[in-house]
Amino acid sequence: MSTKPKIGFYWCASCGGCEESVVDLAEDILMVVGAVDIVFWPCAMDFKKKDVEAMPDKSIVATLLNGAIRSSEQEEMAHMLRRKSQVLIAYGSCAHTGGIPGLANQCTLERIMKYVYEECPTMVNDQKTHPQTHFKDDGRETELPKLRNVVRALDQVVDVDYYIPGCPPPAKLLKDAVLALLSGKLPPKGTVLAPDIAVCQQCKRNDTKPQDISLTEFKRPHQILADPDKCLLAQGLPCMGPATRGGCDAVCVTGNMPCTGCFGPVSHVHDHGAKILSYLASTAAGKEEKDIGKTLAGIPDPVGTFYRYGLAKCQLRGKIHATGES
Amino acid sequence: MSEPTTTTFEPRIVAFFCNWCTYTAADLAGVSRMKYAPNIRVIRLMCSGRLDPQFVMTAFAKGADGVLIGGCHPGDCHYVEGNYKALRRATLLKRMLNDLGIEEDRFRLEWISASEGDKVKHVVNEMVEKIRALGPLDMPGKHKDWDKEMEELEAHINNSQQEEPAHVH
Repeated sequence: MSTKPKIGFYWCASCGGCEESVVDLAEDILMVVGAVDIVFWPCAMDFKKKDVEAMPDKSIVATLLNGAIRSSEQEEMAHMLRRKSQVLIAYGSCAHTGGIPGLANQCTLERIMKYVYEECPTMVNDQKTHPQTHFKDDGRETELPKLRNVVRALDQVVDVDYYIPGCPPPAKLLKDAVLALLSGKLPPKGTVLAPDIAVCQQCKRNDTKPQDISLTEFKRPHQILADPDKCLLAQGLPCMGPATRGGCDAVCVTGNMPCTGCFGPVSHVHDHGAKILSYLASTAAGKEEKDIGKTLAGIPDPVGTFYRYGLAKCQLRGKIHATGES
Repeated sequence: MSEPTTTTFEPRIVAFFCNWCTYTAADLAGVSRMKYAPNIRVIRLMCSGRLDPQFVMTAFAKGADGVLIGGCHPGDCHYVEGNYKALRRATLLKRMLNDLGIEEDRFRLEWISASEGDKVKHVVNEMVEKIRALGPLDMPGKHKDWDKEMEELEAHINNSQQEEPAHVH
């Protein structure tokens, strides 16, 4: 049997982009495959749950798990992979901070199910059939995972050693993490494996960012032809760069689109959305409530804008519903 | 979170007062022997513009039933512009808190100058009454309730691996 370090990949509530980003390694993937044994990667290779179950505890050197945790199955897999792995890495925004799936914490599960299976315009379901967790037919019994009421980041379910941020993470961060694992030169537990600087610090337009920004109107990207060399925030586009961790080389801004905040906060910020709100609101011009309100009306959905990738890790974790049920 | 021995709900309000105006006004209310509801816990900031919205989120997340911010009247800021920054942040924060299901009356920004001790009394009493009517927010309790749904599976997993050393977390 091979003595190469064993690595696992797994996905939970995610879009598949993180799996794709592993392939973004391009020829470097050969280096990775040469140096490690991939023992679990259901998206790309034929492994079953029982294969992992049969492994001794802590026999996998590192598992990179992407996706948020929404179902009982994902929860179970997270617990199992935690047990089998020496190092568990939350890979990508969803595992790191809840990601886009985390936005579902603004709605109750009942509301989501009702919309998807009854009200959605493309749904034809006269009998209002909803998926059930138990199904019996012809003597065979099937059980499906339960959906949880709340979407969680990985570290809200199991202990996590490291985080690789991004939606999806850039190949460079993955490569650096694998090299660190192979060399055993790992930073303290809990570290986000990306530079601890803001996106602005890697942004080529940073020099054009004025000392004071005073905006009378927030614009959306399709409403203007943005100057490709000037700070986007100064042009009125809500850019999350100042409050978001770098490591992405400001790719979105380079592509003339404002940062949406997928890398989460830098290490000394513990509530990403609140920090974005802090600087973005203070750019609104005016000293009267009326003028300020008019400018800030250009941000119609503060929760969705500031916690686009991090609602699960918002200190309030999502909307409190009047009934007390979430 | 009320005392476990009593059923009456006493709101807990975290108040962030600026050093130059509102904190001094609260001091004035004190030396003038004005009586107001003992439900606020005052944290002194140098300026209302120092108030990071994270503080408000943390206060609510850790069990506050309300958050009150006090600063100098417009034009009176010791640092010229700080209270305008506070106003801009509070305007958007109020809307965001509302979207997160936190009632409007739980978050309030007031301009109270150093001479307005009676305004401190009036604002605090009014806010306490409004929050008393709303009832406890109890975010820590809510989060605990939300996470109960994970207990069953976790217990099942831990029981099924009794023979092996369970992972500690």
